[in-house]
Amino acid sequence: MNNTWIILGATSSMARAFARAVSDRGDGVLLCGRDMADLKASAVDCAARGAPIAEALAFDARDPKSFQPIIDRALREDGQLHVSVFVGSMPPQDAVDADPSLIAGVVTDSYTGPATFLQRIAPELEARGGATVVGVGSVAGDRGRIGNYVYGSAKAGFHTYLSGLRNRLTRAGGHVVTVKPGFSDTAMTWGLEGMFLVASPEKIAEDILRAVDKKKDVLYTPFFWRYIMGIIKAIPERVFKKLSV
Amino acid sequence: MTWKTMTYTGWGRVHDATGRVARPERMSHLQALEPLPAIGNCRSYGDACLNDGGDAVLMTRLDRILDLDLDAGEVEVEAGLPVGDLAKLLAPKGWLPAVMPGTGFATIGGCIANDVHGKNHHGVGSFGQHVLSIKLIQDGKPKTVTPKQVSLFKATVGGLGQTGIIASARLKLLPCEGDVITVTERRIDDLDSFFEALDGSRSTYTVGWIDATAKGASLGRGILEEAETAYGLVPKKPKSRKVPFDATGFALSSPVVRAFNAAYFRRIPESGQTRVKPISDFFFPLDKVHDWNRLYGKRGFHQFQCVVPVAGKDVLREMLEEISRAGLASPLAVLKRMGDGRGGYLSFPMEGYTLAVDFPNRGRAEALIGELEEMTAKAGGRIYFAKDATARAETVRAMYPDLKKFAEVANKIDPNHEFATDLVRRLRLREVS
Ligand SMILES: Cc1cc2nc3c(=O)[nH]c(=O)nc-3n(C[C@H](O)[C@H](O)[C@H](O)COP(=O)(O)OP(=O)(O)OC[C@H]3O[C@@H](n4cnc5c(N)ncnc54)[C@H](O)[C@@H]3O)c2cc1C
Ligand SMILES: NC(=O)c1ccc[n+]([C@@H]2O[C@H](COP(=O)([O-])OP(=O)(O)OC[C@H]3O[C@@H](n4cnc5c(N)ncnc54)[C@H](OP(=O)(O)O)[C@@H]3O)[C@@H](O)[C@H]2O)c1
Repeated sequence: MNNTWIILGATSSMARAFARAVSDRGDGVLLCGRDMADLKASAVDCAARGAPIAEALAFDARDPKSFQPIIDRALREDGQLHVSVFVGSMPPQDAVDADPSLIAGVVTDSYTGPATFLQRIAPELEARGGATVVGVGSVAGDRGRIGNYVYGSAKAGFHTYLSGLRNRLTRAGGHVVTVKPGFSDTAMTWGLEGMFLVASPEKIAEDILRAVDKKKDVLYTPFFWRYIMGIIKAIPERVFKKLSV
Repeated sequence: MTWKTMTYTGWGRVHDATGRVARPERMSHLQALEPLPAIGNCRSYGDACLNDGGDAVLMTRLDRILDLDLDAGEVEVEAGLPVGDLAKLLAPKGWLPAVMPGTGFATIGGCIANDVHGKNHHGVGSFGQHVLSIKLIQDGKPKTVTPKQVSLFKATVGGLGQTGIIASARLKLLPCEGDVITVTERRIDDLDSFFEALDGSRSTYTVGWIDATAKGASLGRGILEEAETAYGLVPKKPKSRKVPFDATGFALSSPVVRAFNAAYFRRIPESGQTRVKPISDFFFPLDKVHDWNRLYGKRGFHQFQCVVPVAGKDVLREMLEEISRAGLASPLAVLKRMGDGRGGYLSFPMEGYTLAVDFPNRGRAEALIGELEEMTAKAGGRIYFAKDATARAETVRAMYPDLKKFAEVANKIDPNHEFATDLVRRLRLREVS
């Protein structure tokens, strides 16, 4: 059966690596985002690598009107439909401190926008059976820290949403993978201070694909972030509140 | 555009540079940058890919196929795509990049900017001779350059990035049978036999490994490898390995290298052998071990590479004597026959023989390389900018007769030398007189 992936936030290098990996297997890709010129270049690249369908589609998490055309386009493909969400934004915490109205955008990009999209397409995914949803959250969503708690809280909301969606889609033979990357070497982190154990987008994409195949529920990538976050989550709040980790 | 302040090195790790580096992931971000030098995967050994104290743009995230025409055998790619990735993608479809250097990590931009040669240079010439067009960014706007714009094209191919940032390029491909390759290896007993064997080879791909520690009657002994692509199935190769730390001096000390080389030579049966391998094992034998440059320890290493005209080939004997006497050579030494194909004013190739030898950066290494450079100059040959870390500007000027033409074109485009790199400054390649 042919597979088609809707990829939201396809300009991200993590998404690009994922799109290439599924193209290599012969899956189709619908690359969704704001920078159409860039998405078109990626579409040609995916087609050259083996994707039978590779198209660029306009998607803005802050503009729900952009959602339905993508869903309509996807439904024209028969076979299995899958969705992966790489959208997210992380303005520096001090920018948010200076202008708290930025919070709405962060939450829309990282949580409510993608969740609204998923909510709209969910009935179609249920109708088709074995769909997979990949939602990229972040280890930052596991605990609020002084450095980026607005972004972290949006990701935490998205994690909780994904867990509920998993509960729902499982009943229809579908599956949801929550992905929690640690630091990854992408445009978002290039030049940021304090990065360590940084993983390549290709490594993250490879891990995601394996998690999809194995029907994992929650993926920490690279794997050791599960242990790092295990420790961070175990610190009592009365101690944690004084730390800056 | 965000910047990262970092220290980076050439492949030999002798020179380093510290400065701000941008790494755009899309064309619009590349175009938004002020003029600055572009760098690829830093597989140049010396300082060609360094801009100490200044800014640079790292091209590696611009690595997409922009157009693939399998009927015409043409591909257009972003300049940061590694040539080995392109080969891997194309070979099962019956095509290969026409020219591939000894590492698959070299980017298409780097292959053009150094006009690299491969194991088929005697047959098809250099990389730049298969470039159909280049998108160059000089002041934000991309501009298409084809071989018809003779001077700009020739100053860009092999031009070390001095005419602008290569954003993408359209390449003519070479047909191949498939993604495996039939390799015939035979022992060569001495230098004269090597010249003869290289001259006599009729294969598409030919390269010689040479034992740079051998002396006397065995001077110049080695292994000739001849290869043709083929269709078939070979077992998948194991995952690549990494060198996790900087090695100590012992690993490449003279007795160890001598013993290794002798064993490597005898590995090939006296009657020779033919084997079928995945193409990458033949074209990029060293890529299987990631970061192998760390084997040379913190002080790094040099590669000396020269080409000398056929008439001057005897100088190679003197060089090999000099090298084996010094006892500094590493196992990596290559001898090849070159044709006359070259695409640009500063392209390395010339009809003749090219010798490449690695030396750990210790003791007399730099002095020895200096002597080898002088010998090259006297023989009418030249050294390769992609490998050089030590040459003097005066020595190099005589080797590259078109340097003036090159500098005139580059200076007109970039009067303030914003594209200049450490190598270009060290060798004064932008000086017209
Ligand atoms: C193991 C090994 C084997 C090799 N074998 C061979 C061989 O067989 N034949 C051969 O010819 N060479 C060989 N080389 C050398 C190598 O192919 C060249 O140095 C090549 O240029 C490296 O490409 P890069 O992408 O790493 O470029 P870099 O080393 O990063 O840069 C090289 C030059 O290109 C310029 N440049 C890079 N990208 C751009 C761009 N997009 N626009 C403008 N300028 C740019 C840089 O400014 C610099 O001057 C070998 C190197 C290694 C490490
Ligand atoms: N890098 C890390 O260390 C790291 C760690 C943990 C989690 N993550 C998560 O991984 C995902 C990928 O991020 P990345 O690191 O690759 O960074 P990135 O390049 O900044 O990717 C973010 C993506 O989200 C898109 N986006 C943002 N706002 C949007 C909007 N309103 N509408 C549509 N698209 C929007 C961006 O598209 P545009 O190109 O149009 O801006 C881009 O494709 C993100 O969800 C991020 O939070 C990253």
